[in-house]
Amino acid sequence: MSEYAVQTRGLTRDFSTVRALDHLDLDIPHGIVFGFLGPNGAGKTTTIHLLLGLLKATEGSAHVLGLDVFSQASQIRAQSGALLEHTGLYERLTAQENLEYYGRIARMSSGDRSMRIRELLEKLDLFDRRNESVGKWSRGMKQKLAVARALMHHPRLLFLDEPTSGLDPISASTLRDDLAMIAANEGVTVFLTTHNLTEAEKLCAQVAVIREGKLLRVGSPDLLRTQEAAPRMEVVGTGFSESLLAALRSHPEVLSAELINSHLIIETQPSADTAPLVNLIVTNGASIEEVRKGKASLEEVFLTLMEEEK
Amino acid sequence: MITDIQTVLWKEFKEIMAIRGSRRGGLFTMGILIALIGIFMPLQSGPEWFTNPLLLIAWSWMPLFLVMGIISDSIAGERERHTLETLLASRLPDAAILFGKILAAVFYAWITLVIGLLLGALVINIAHPQSPTKFYDIQMFLGVVVMVFLGALLMTAIGVLASLRAETVRQAYQRMSIGFLAIWFIPIIGMQIMPAEWKDVLNSTLMGLNWGSLVIGVMGGLIVLDIILLMIAFNRFRRTRLILD
Repeated sequence: MSEYAVQTRGLTRDFSTVRALDHLDLDIPHGIVFGFLGPNGAGKTTTIHLLLGLLKATEGSAHVLGLDVFSQASQIRAQSGALLEHTGLYERLTAQENLEYYGRIARMSSGDRSMRIRELLEKLDLFDRRNESVGKWSRGMKQKLAVARALMHHPRLLFLDEPTSGLDPISASTLRDDLAMIAANEGVTVFLTTHNLTEAEKLCAQVAVIREGKLLRVGSPDLLRTQEAAPRMEVVGTGFSESLLAALRSHPEVLSAELINSHLIIETQPSADTAPLVNLIVTNGASIEEVRKGKASLEEVFLTLMEEEK
Repeated sequence: MITDIQTVLWKEFKEIMAIRGSRRGGLFTMGILIALIGIFMPLQSGPEWFTNPLLLIAWSWMPLFLVMGIISDSIAGERERHTLETLLASRLPDAAILFGKILAAVFYAWITLVIGLLLGALVINIAHPQSPTKFYDIQMFLGVVVMVFLGALLMTAIGVLASLRAETVRQAYQRMSIGFLAIWFIPIIGMQIMPAEWKDVLNSTLMGLNWGSLVIGVMGGLIVLDIILLMIAFNRFRRTRLILD
């Protein structure tokens, strides 16, 4: 078995004069949830299409589950599941028939299909509604069913293209929990594209950031937060004066100090000690209720990367 | 490949039967056509239903109207309802997807016709009891059944090509309907405006024709047309092309 679930080298795709994907190099280990982050039009969906052999690359090579995407695409599709931009559900058919169809496509036996349909629908709380036409369902339920459909044939690799896009916060959160649970239980490698960074932070062991077809960074969310943004302190209290801000900004271990929504946000050098800074705030007449230390969120890292590359 | 085609057929039949929003609606549509060919027209025509080839031929083409709706819904509809991309991401070969869709439309129309004709024979024998039991001239019956099958294949192949170029089901259906009406009405209008002496020549030519040879000739022409159009359809129905559409 190949060391990586997905491996690309110099993968490039042009659409007439537009370069949608520009020499992409990726190494995605087996069994992880991999987040592919980028704004709209960054090349995320094009990458999925290339990895599934639905599009031909202009340049470069790609291997998925050890198979070449150019010559072994149908084998890759047989071992992968996909939830693409749309749910892809047949709305005139019932939930059970939708899953049955993809089970038949995968050539599962009748007994295996029945067992798997029951297992997946029960896991996702949809079993009682299995005989309803999907057209009458809410978007959240359809999205859950589409996840079940993608998992129907026990794929080794699952492509999820913005699975929570367009869902209300509660449905999105439920689906995220379901995805985390299923990915862990099934041991499947997940290739997740999203521009929801909270989702990526919650689900992904590794993320890659892409913009205008170019890969900007790859690593664990924690690593990116450490590498791309300075440690920070958030101070809650009162009496944060301009003179205090000036004093903080002139401190050698402080990179920036800002008042945001009455909270004092201080970015520091990685080696900075918190205690002298707290003393400095107090001696400048401010009163402190709470001090929180932390790293920038993945969202802040992402926005910084987008700004840097402009 | 056969199993994959059967899988697509299974799904297409499920969708066809639910095309009016429910299974009952799908059966109702099929039932109306069967009743028209198998009950209404035989009762109107009486025993002539068995002997007049023009009656049989004129009504046997009716199911072809169904093919237009089914194939445009199956191809253009799959794209319009955003199910095509997911289907293309599955392991199904391009040819199995297209074959399944074509055969579903053809079989639906053809089965409707055969059931309608058999019901018609039963209805005539009940309404006009004779001994021995009457049936269609077997050559005529088989000729109609085979011609309708080939005609349905032709309509489906045209439908696939029209649907691949159409953005919506409605657009595909409209294009096909215009084409179908043109095929029907151009000869009729042509006959109306044709000078009398031309008509006489045409009539005497038709009267002198060997109908058996004519039917075989038409069938041969249909087979050739079917093969050419199906080859074009299969050539156009490719994943890498469809995903860009």
